[in-house]
This record gives sequence, structure tokens and C-alpha cells, in this order.
Amino acid sequence: MTTTAAPPKPVPVRDEASAPFFDGALQGRLMLLRCAACDTFMSPVAYLGVPLRPRCVGCFSGDLAWAASGGRATLHSFAIMHQVYDEAFAAEVPYNIAVVETEEGVRLTSQVVDCPNDRLAIGMPLEVTFEQVSDDVAIPRFRPR
Amino acid sequence: MGASAAIAGLGITEMGKVYGRTASDFAGEAIALALEDAGLEADDVDGLLVNGNQSPEMTPALQFSLGLTDLTLLSTMSAFGSTAGSMLQFAAYAVHSGQAEVVACVYADAPLREGASISQSSYSGRRFDAPGFAGLRFAYGDYGPANSMYALALRRHMHLYGTTHDQLGTIAVGQREWALTNPRAQMRTAITLDDYHASRWVAEPLHLLDCCLVSNGGVAVIVTSPERARDLRQPPVYLRGFGQCAPGDTARAGRDPAVHTGAGTAGRLALRQAGIELADIDVLELYDCYTYTVLVTLEDYGFCDKGEGGAFVADGKLGPGGSLPCNTGGGQLSSYYMWGFTPLAEGIVQARGQGGERQVPRHDHVLVSGNGGVLNFHSTTILSRHEGGQG
Repeated sequence: MTTTAAPPKPVPVRDEASAPFFDGALQGRLMLLRCAACDTFMSPVAYLGVPLRPRCVGCFSGDLAWAASGGRATLHSFAIMHQVYDEAFAAEVPYNIAVVETEEGVRLTSQVVDCPNDRLAIGMPLEVTFEQVSDDVAIPRFRPR
Repeated sequence: MGASAAIAGLGITEMGKVYGRTASDFAGEAIALALEDAGLEADDVDGLLVNGNQSPEMTPALQFSLGLTDLTLLSTMSAFGSTAGSMLQFAAYAVHSGQAEVVACVYADAPLREGASISQSSYSGRRFDAPGFAGLRFAYGDYGPANSMYALALRRHMHLYGTTHDQLGTIAVGQREWALTNPRAQMRTAITLDDYHASRWVAEPLHLLDCCLVSNGGVAVIVTSPERARDLRQPPVYLRGFGQCAPGDTARAGRDPAVHTGAGTAGRLALRQAGIELADIDVLELYDCYTYTVLVTLEDYGFCDKGEGGAFVADGKLGPGGSLPCNTGGGQLSSYYMWGFTPLAEGIVQARGQGGERQVPRHDHVLVSGNGGVLNFHSTTILSRHEGGQG
């Protein structure tokens, strides 16, 4: 038997809509959208597969700008992934997928690191941390604080 | 209020691991079967509504594939898993206003390929080098995102209300018991609560037996006027009430769309139009991509209070012989996965009284639900043996 190396994990490819988010992440900042009219913070990801966010979810203003989060959050929910969809994750199962709620009130899908799965608890305090996964892309995850 | 239209034909193809056929092929056969069921010909069809789904073939171009001509109603409709209800609503109003007389509504898909697992099908969500935020999900390992997102939703419900796997398992076991009496069902082996608990985790807290099947196949229904339906081959199934609700999700604190679906609003709208109460419903056909979807939908329709769904289903009332027959063909958990056309097809069978061994004795009013996204889109349709209103 010979073992073959696991394929590399997928790396996000920057596009125009996501560039400010990944630029911020490279500098250790979690970038969100903020409405200039009513100050509401929002996730830049509006819906699965359709991330575009042209309007404020609070007041429907189109005047949105990128703004950094303070990086503090709580755990809103979590799932433990057992199914291997991609061999790149075969050695990682079971791993978590988490929805966090930042102090700005924004829910983001991410992961919790530095915490065993059996210690995850809804409501636990978290803070953002970044992993650089390619020359020009870093991704945010969250760890207990 | 009297029904604006009726379902006169139902066609269901072979389901499941049926390889080597296209979605268009299944769609054509389903429509042919539905026309034959009704006693109509392809030339009678003047409306075609196509359920947009994972298949690239489910577009208005299906008209050309099927060789249908001179249609006065044609559209692909998409509200994800709630589309069947939207299609019936549109078809009924078109028939009622004279825009079309015989509308074929069809769902078909062929995501399964021989020798490939479901996680390699179009339902895996697998996609490398996806640009921008789509790629971010994959970097986290968030594949097959329906599973992870419904797991996140169920975790919220468990956290808030103490819902248990014993309670969810009761739904899976009950629906499998129904499936044993449905010759079309893919899953024909009985399961116990122990089997449910022993089934592997997919995305915890979802066991494998919390999750629906994936199927190749097609379903079509024929919508026409109540008058015309009465002259056709089958007992008419009247379309008495419609409701839709898409609650939205702003991804902001303060709302919990994982535990409050559109079923409440859609159900009220549909019952009001039908002129009946929740207590008048004899048979439930609830969209069941997961056991949890059934549980939360029951709560939002008002069969029990919010958070009480687990205790409500725990006595097995949804299964054969229970007081609230639900997903009587086995649902998408145990029969076949045709999105909203699975509960719709079984609802038609029950309303007609053609369920054979699984027929529910009292079947005057059937409530059919549709659910799309991650509890984001909801439709309710009230089917009835009775036309209602003044005629």
C-alpha cells in the first residue's frame, strides 16, 4: 500500500467584491459592511451563493462602506462535520462549522479554533484570529477569549 | 371560498437510482403519465410551468425538448423547495382568469450517477477555486452546505427548547413505517429508534437518518378548471388555498430564522383562503428535507406551541395509526426526493382516496407544505376533495 498525500485545502480566490475583506484579513482586521446612514453593521455575505449586499438591511440605504469589526463575538450555533466531501479534510473530521455573532450584531459563518469540539457551547465568548492560507489571502476564524 | 382550479392528473416516474436518463426524459414521462392519468392528450396542454432546480435542463426550453406548441403560459419558477406551491398558485390563477386551460407543472432531476456517491452529486456543493466569499466557505470545509446549515439550525432549536434526538428519531421511524406501505418508496426496510441513533453523523446534530434521500425521477401534475376536472378520469383534487412566506435573514442579531419559519404566515393565508381551520386538516404532507424541518413546521403552523414540537411528535402521532397522519408515503426521508413535488404527489393520492394500504380514512382536507433554502422560503397549499364555497 502506498499512501497518497491529501490534496490541498481550497483557497479562496479574491474577486472584486471580496478584495476589501481579504485585504483587511491580511492586516489582521475583520472587515464588515457599515451603513453610513444608520450605522448598522452587516455581513458582506448576503446569502449562500449570492453574496452581494447592495443595500442596508436596516434602512435600505445604498450608502455602505467597509468598516473593521472589533473582532469580539459569541458563538451563535455550531455543527460538527463528520462527512468527508473533499479528501483535503479527511484528516480533519470531525471539525466544526460555526456561526458567530459579533459585538456589532453581525452573524458570520466561520470556525472555532483552539477549542475541542466537546467544549463548544452556544454563547461562549470568542475573538477573531487569522490564518494566512496563500500569498494574498488570509481567512478569519474565532477562538475562545 | 370556492376553489379556483383543480388537479386533474398526477404522473410519477420510477424513482431513485435510475441511471442513464436525463431530467428532460423524466419530465416528459411524468407529463405523459399525468396526461394519461387525467385522460388528456399532449395537444390539450396550453400551459407549462417548470420547477427550476439543480438541473440545467429545467428551463423554459423544456417546451422545445418536449415538442409542446402554442402555449399561453410558460415559465420556469424558482422559490427553491417551496416552488411547487408557487407553481400551483400561478397555474390556478391563470386557469381561473382564462389565460390557460390545461397547465402541466413539472419537477424532474437526475443528480445521481452510477458509481458516484451523493456527495459527488450536484448536492455536494463541491466547487474548487470558487471566487470570493463562495470560496471562503470551502476553505472552512463547509461543503454540502444544506447539511451544515440545517445542523446549525437544529442546534439552535435544541439549545433553546431542549429538543432531543429521541424526538427527532420518532419522525424518521414513523415516516419509514409509512414508506413500507408505499410501493414507490426507495427505502423499504423498517427502522427502529435504535437504528436511528446508530446511524452515522453527517453533520452533528444530524444523523444520516435525519436527512432526506437524493433521487433521479420526475413528477408532473395537471391543473385545470374545476368544471373541466369533473369531466375527466380522476376524482378532482381542488386547490382551495395558497400561502407563501419568505421571512428573510439579515444575518443580524435579534432574529432567529433557524427556529421561526414562514409556515406561520403562509399557513394562515392558505387556511383563510380555503375557509377552514387547522383542526379541519386530516392529512399533513410536510416538506421534510430533514426531520427537523417537519418538527419546526408543525410548530409554526400552530399544531403546538413554539418549542413544543419535540414533545408533540414524541408519541408517534405522525406515523401510521397516529392521530395526525403526516408524510404518509414516507416523505423525502424515506420515499423519494423531488422537492415540493414529493409532499404534493402524496397529498393528491390521499385526497383522492387512492392510497391503498396507506390511505388515511378521513381525507377531506390535506395540507401540503414547501420549504426552501434553510427554512427561508415557505409555501402552503390546501388540497380538498370538496370544491368549497358556493360552487
